[in-house]
Amino acid sequence: MTNRRSFLTTVLSGLTLSMIGGQASFAQGGPTTGKFVFVILRGALDGLSAIVPYQDPAYRGLRNAIALDAPGAPNGVLHLNNGFGLHPALRGMHGLWQNQQLSFMHAAASPYRDRSHFDGQDLLESGASRVYGASTGWLNRAIALLPDGPGKEGIAIGRTIPLVLKGSAKTGSWAPAMAEQSDADTLNRLMELYANDALLGPALVMAIETDKIAATSAMTKAGNQSGGGGRGAIAYNSLATAAARILSAPGGPAACVLSFDGWDTHANQGGAQGQLANRLGALDTAITTLQTGLGALWANTTIVVATEFGRTARINGTGGTDHGTGGAAFILGGGVKGGKMLGDWPGLSRLHQDRDVIPANNLHDLFAAGLSNAFALDETAIKTTVFNI
Amino acid sequence: MSIDAAIAANRFGLGATPGQLTTTAISPKDWLLAQIRSPAAAQVHGSNLWTSQQAFVNFVEYRRARARERQSVINPASNMETQAGLSNKQLREINLGARSLGEEMRARVTHAINTPAPFLERWVLFWSNYLTMAAKSLQTTFFAGPYEREAIRPNVLGKFADLLKASSLHAGMLLYLDQVRSYGPNAPGTAAIMQRGRNAGLNENLAREILELHTVGVDSGYSQADVTEFARALTGWTIPAQRLARISESRGEIGRVTYVDALHEPGERKIMGRTFAANGSRQALEILDWLATHPQTARRIAVAIATHFVSDVPPTELVLRLETNFNASGGDLAALAQTLINSPQAWSPVARKFKSPNEFLVSTLRASGTKTVTASALRNTFNQLGQMPFRAPSPKGWPDSADKWAAPDAILQRVDWSHLAADVIGETMSPLAFAQAALGSTLTQATRTAISRAQDSRQGIVMALMSPEFQRR
Repeated sequence: MTNRRSFLTTVLSGLTLSMIGGQASFAQGGPTTGKFVFVILRGALDGLSAIVPYQDPAYRGLRNAIALDAPGAPNGVLHLNNGFGLHPALRGMHGLWQNQQLSFMHAAASPYRDRSHFDGQDLLESGASRVYGASTGWLNRAIALLPDGPGKEGIAIGRTIPLVLKGSAKTGSWAPAMAEQSDADTLNRLMELYANDALLGPALVMAIETDKIAATSAMTKAGNQSGGGGRGAIAYNSLATAAARILSAPGGPAACVLSFDGWDTHANQGGAQGQLANRLGALDTAITTLQTGLGALWANTTIVVATEFGRTARINGTGGTDHGTGGAAFILGGGVKGGKMLGDWPGLSRLHQDRDVIPANNLHDLFAAGLSNAFALDETAIKTTVFNI
Repeated sequence: MSIDAAIAANRFGLGATPGQLTTTAISPKDWLLAQIRSPAAAQVHGSNLWTSQQAFVNFVEYRRARARERQSVINPASNMETQAGLSNKQLREINLGARSLGEEMRARVTHAINTPAPFLERWVLFWSNYLTMAAKSLQTTFFAGPYEREAIRPNVLGKFADLLKASSLHAGMLLYLDQVRSYGPNAPGTAAIMQRGRNAGLNENLAREILELHTVGVDSGYSQADVTEFARALTGWTIPAQRLARISESRGEIGRVTYVDALHEPGERKIMGRTFAANGSRQALEILDWLATHPQTARRIAVAIATHFVSDVPPTELVLRLETNFNASGGDLAALAQTLINSPQAWSPVARKFKSPNEFLVSTLRASGTKTVTASALRNTFNQLGQMPFRAPSPKGWPDSADKWAAPDAILQRVDWSHLAADVIGETMSPLAFAQAALGSTLTQATRTAISRAQDSRQGIVMALMSPEFQRR
């Protein structure tokens, strides 16, 4: 298979500034730095569904019912290169790829090698070398390196500051004014937990029915909804709209964090259509919204999209995938010189612990490269001062 | 970690605080019994909390300021400050009643989450609800807090008769159940009032609710005639009109509950077959004493306590035990609490009580180690969860059974609210550590699994908060 040139499982080779893009594009006057947006896909995105190695001989056998077809077929993947294709729901992001404003990293992982969401997200955000190794986040430590000025600040879109933004540098958060509503995934999990509860089980079922949100259909219908909508709708787009507005304000923050929940697809995740396709569609819409909303600022923007770990290479018994290791990540934006696959591809003929995509590439390296690109900071310096603390 | 530690903290108390279950484990029963010996811990203090009399002064001044505002007659010279330290201008601009309730709410919840005697506080809240006095009008809004602090809290470990007399004759209760407007039809003072062209007569509201809800209960065989007789006996206990409406020169008199013999219905009273001689102010007190120790009252209270602490369908044996103790001790509430703690039925390993919204909120705050709260956050939360403190919907008080609290929409509201709570809790605690500290050995494997499978820490904490075992006690 293409580019299956090494099985180095720890370090990735040669991911450097030159591969990501150049500060040159925004070196002339104006703001001293560009904008950096970190999009966290909480719950563990299935990397093999997002970036599909459709030419890998093992792909179809592992994926079975949820395998996607080659480019050109109806609902086929969108052609990238080297035998990879984007999920058909990621049309907007594919446009960025074609404009060389998007690169991807497959088989990517933080140094975390176990399978707990909490611990995985801790390491994803802290940038430390071990779980609970730091109480501050890598993005905050990077912001602290910026020259003083009104934009030396990070904003979380949400009611709380996530770990990645915690630390001594100035931070804030912004939450949409809408009342908090539980999503369909949480309600489904509670229904499972109430399976033997004669009081709470029937009450929750009835509540959900009354609320016209039979949770399973909510998840399948929600993908195309853009706003907050009802319970179960995917609200990514309203968060992206807010992020673009806040970043564009005069003296707006240099960095912004968006958390998109709901990627833990253990059952019925679907293929070209279905639960995961809807979520990917919502993610794609949110990215397009960021691009449109940022206007001229887009040219100076670097966006990194990542998740805590990948999912099992094999489909499980319930049409889904379980917690895995190597996953997919993206770097995109007007300030990115894209159109590349970053890092190594270990292929699917051998798997990590005979179940997961081998974690060939370090996500922290991608983050460092993204920060360096956005803030015109030295990448080596970032790797030593911001990461592996 | 024994299951008894979790039961003591969660069923008898108001919820475990971080680390508490390991301490309480030494002897859960002794921990509870010690709380009965510290009546002072039932008191709530706060510089912004008014006595009944301060509440009266503030209420009267507030009503005047509002009236002046309506008439657009503003007299800058009379910019005197109220007890609450507010100028007339401020009085016109805020809803003072709602603000005082906010302060009361904050003080009560702050006490509940910090008290070293959470069983005693649950005991207080039980009695406050058993003898409900609630905000139902602008005026009563000012007195709901003082009522609980002055009539209930000081009396929950004494004789029930003293608690009943304190609650029945507190200014808040007299206003809430219209006793201030009840006059003996044949009393000399009543005739004088009617000569001035005002209606004046008997109001049975307080008498009826004391019989029906506070003492013997509706099935105990009393008749309408008994209610009327009791209402007659209660006449004279009032807040005199001039003390109700005006701030007299001696402020100490304002709003003071007094016995006015001229308004008292003369003569002996016959209630449920028993005769109470004419005895002025003592007549009503003697009836209350008698009702307080009536076997039907003992039965009713035993059922209410067993229902509150153990199950919506209270175990017969426990009810009998409490009833027997109440009768034997002459209604000694400390002895009753001790009997409850020493009853094996109260320690059933199966948690059957579904938490009320207030219990859910307080136990969440305690489990997260929260020490301070704001009135506005509490108001929003109680609104969402459906149990605004001091605003029970009727003299019956808040319901004490799962079928009233576990309605479908209410469950959904709890899930929604849990997300807000999870944001705060997640700042300092991991989901599993939170659940373990709150539930100890009552944390089930199913919940543990659901928490560990959650896709982020926020969802994990929601799973813990909404788990069957955290929703119950």
